[in-house]
Amino acid sequence: MIKINGKDASEAKGSSLGQYLDEKGYKKTYIAVEVNGAILPKTEYDSYIINDEDIIEIVNFVGGG
Amino acid sequence: MTRNDFINALIERHGRDIYERLIYSEIAVAGLGGLGSNVALALARAGVGEIFLVDFDTVDITNLNRQQYSISDLGRAKTTALAEKIRAVNPIIKIRHRKIRVTENNALEIFKDHKLVCECFDKAENKAMLINTLLTSDMGFTVVSASGMAGYGTGNTIQSRRINDHLYICGDMVSGIEKGMGLMAPRVGICAMHQANTALRLLLGEKEI
Repeated sequence: MIKINGKDASEAKGSSLGQYLDEKGYKKTYIAVEVNGAILPKTEYDSYIINDEDIIEIVNFVGGG
Repeated sequence: MTRNDFINALIERHGRDIYERLIYSEIAVAGLGGLGSNVALALARAGVGEIFLVDFDTVDITNLNRQQYSISDLGRAKTTALAEKIRAVNPIIKIRHRKIRVTENNALEIFKDHKLVCECFDKAENKAMLINTLLTSDMGFTVVSASGMAGYGTGNTIQSRRINDHLYICGDMVSGIEKGMGLMAPRVGICAMHQANTALRLLLGEKEI
């Protein structure tokens, strides 16, 4: 099973992370993405293909401080 | 009051063990606004030995609603104004500060001597930039970040979350200034204290939330 932000996201299998983020409407300048325990560099979003068993956490930052 | 009076008071409150662990600890605070000014002061009061303050900005009248500055600080660099406030409550802490805008090109150089960094920026893109830059390096940073503390909704939705060993995020994750909500002292303060407490726990070796 693929998990993204704690939910089953098996439909994302085979997509690139970049594609998935675009489809879901994330703005890439506002996010950090953890894949299987490590933050993935932004330069690798488009080449990273979402695999079975991936656990992905997309942190979407909002402004204020 | 002597230096020893102050140290004895910390030992009386926290115990010698906690005092000694904190006095040999250090922390960096990136951004000295509503989050950073509160985080820095709380950790200084707790007895952290060394603090590194980073901000490019000066104190503006619109900061007074939530940041730890005074009318007499208007126009001053936040770094020096906050360093003075910290010294006024903790005469033994070592303070370093840098008035500089943090970018993806200089972040590693700025924070290279610090293992634990509190991300206290205002803009979402700067928050993401700092996390991505520090945590994709191999320099062993841990970051306590914040996202979602605008408005005057219930304070009970503001929480500390552990994303992994190196990233903790405080806030409700959704209440941003983009939604037209203002930033107000209580909720920003709650979030800042979540960050300060998470940082304090990490300094004392507690990695769980």
